[in-house]
Amino acid sequence: MTTELGLQARPEEVARTRARFDLDRSPVAQLGGWALRAARFDFGESFLYNRPVGGLIRRAAGNTAVLAVAALAIATCLGIPLGIVTGSRRGALAGAIRAASLVCLSIPPLLTSLLLLFVASRTGWLPTGGMTSVEAVDAGWSAWMLDVARHLPLPALALALPLAATFERLQAQAMSETIHQPFVVAALARGATWRQLLIDHAWRASLRSMCAIYGLAIGALLSGSFVVEYVTAWPGLGRLMYEALRARDIYLVAGCAAMGGVFLAFGSLVSDLLLFAVDPRVREGQTA
Amino acid sequence: MKTAGRALLIAIVLVAVAAPWLAPNPPDRQFDSYLFAPPTRIHVGGEYGVYFYPMRLVSRLERRFEEERGRQVRVEWFGRRLLASSDEREPLLLLGADSYGRDIFSRLLYGSRASLGLAVLATLASMLFGAAIGSVAGFAGGTVDEALSRFSDFVLVLPAIYVVLALRAVMPLVLPPGQVFALLVGIFALVGWPIVARGVRGIVASEREREYVTAGRALGAGPLRLLAVHLLPATRGYLSTQATLLLPSFILAEATLSYVGLGFPNSVPTWGTMLYDASNVSLVVDAPWMLAPAAAIFLVVLAVNLFVQGSGHSPVQLEP
Repeated sequence: MTTELGLQARPEEVARTRARFDLDRSPVAQLGGWALRAARFDFGESFLYNRPVGGLIRRAAGNTAVLAVAALAIATCLGIPLGIVTGSRRGALAGAIRAASLVCLSIPPLLTSLLLLFVASRTGWLPTGGMTSVEAVDAGWSAWMLDVARHLPLPALALALPLAATFERLQAQAMSETIHQPFVVAALARGATWRQLLIDHAWRASLRSMCAIYGLAIGALLSGSFVVEYVTAWPGLGRLMYEALRARDIYLVAGCAAMGGVFLAFGSLVSDLLLFAVDPRVREGQTA
Repeated sequence: MKTAGRALLIAIVLVAVAAPWLAPNPPDRQFDSYLFAPPTRIHVGGEYGVYFYPMRLVSRLERRFEEERGRQVRVEWFGRRLLASSDEREPLLLLGADSYGRDIFSRLLYGSRASLGLAVLATLASMLFGAAIGSVAGFAGGTVDEALSRFSDFVLVLPAIYVVLALRAVMPLVLPPGQVFALLVGIFALVGWPIVARGVRGIVASEREREYVTAGRALGAGPLRLLAVHLLPATRGYLSTQATLLLPSFILAEATLSYVGLGFPNSVPTWGTMLYDASNVSLVVDAPWMLAPAAAIFLVVLAVNLFVQGSGHSPVQLEP
């Protein structure tokens, strides 16, 4: 109260501010009122920014979602094909990929983002930090998009590299397990080509365990994105949460936590839907 | 692969233990004329055997240093320290100096004690916690199991780093290093136990149905004895794997917290506080040796990954 109005505030001003923050009601009523509003996704007003929490969070969550989707796409495109290779064959190529993924696995997002930032500032290939440059803010919609697209690769890559390595390892493991199953041998005996065998039979069967991982990956992306957002100054949910925690802005923290929960729930929903699409057994169970 | 991982881990632990002897300089000593000095190059030969040329600051603005070729400083080795400069005023900076003119190599070695010690203690604490709760849940079954399992699932689902941040942020920000250490061990244990508890619960619950447990019970063993003597040893393999997985994540958690300014104060050398020093990109561009702690963390994680992969478990480490 004192920090809000200063030491020499007039009594009526104090009363008005007390009413604004609901401080004139009993603690139970305060909590009840907050819970009621929170259930309608109205998390009140941030002390730190003096703005409604909802708008702040919506913007930050959008930025985090862009980052997470980009990272997930990169990780999938890199990790899964490489995992199929290492899981199904031996030799120098598979060995090299395995070694590379072991190295990537050992560089967590904190280190990848620092290293990439270092490389970027050394070479000047990519802008270091932030989501937009100063000039691009007023430059119109298409220029803004282009600018964001230029800033995106660095944090997305930092987030994606360890995840891609994880995907590669898991896919390789699932692949080498399914490739020795009787049905794959049977397909080979029927005269399926190597490509058909790998993609149509072994890979489809190994997808089951990969889908389960995607649900977990969302949680990892959320955690990882905090570090990456902090290091590369990406204005996302992790950064907002950190600022809110530092400033003890409880409404904003609660809002961020709720948004994180939404992300997690969305992740497991997507993973379940993928499982439904991939595994005929799950579908059969639903109709029967 | 497993042997390589194990050897690397043992080497890292030995380095941490022997840090006071291995480090050429005290970790807090500030060499005022050596801010951002590059690594010292050691030469072999000449009348001294092992020597280096002292650094001279050429331009303070550009932070440019040059070797003073005319003078050689002898390196004492296998003395009171493994390597040390024979001249007090000419420091031996194997990995250069940081923004305060402190020896990065020495800080790295001393920092490994704080970082590793914290991670080891936190791992032990979460193992103890997790094993106790998991075994009770698995052994008791029924409502107790249900309640404990749901609770640990709940903690497990939360993104760990946010929980750590939130817990740390509600505590007083500025604390003496000893209290920070204890606090972080506590917080990490609170976040780490559910993973252990879930695995232990599964093993205990399935082992409980085996004949030898029934036999033990028939011979009159009480629940405590059954748990301690017969059931917990079955979880040993699981626990050791889990410990090796938790260890690097705690090292990383310390680094992250210190990096964002919620961990140790900057005067304490840990890998996290050293990374915090390196967080200013424009400074690091010309002084890449400031990223040395990142390499150290990488080595530890790599050693653990080699070890775990070699023993046939996939390192699924989705939480940092």
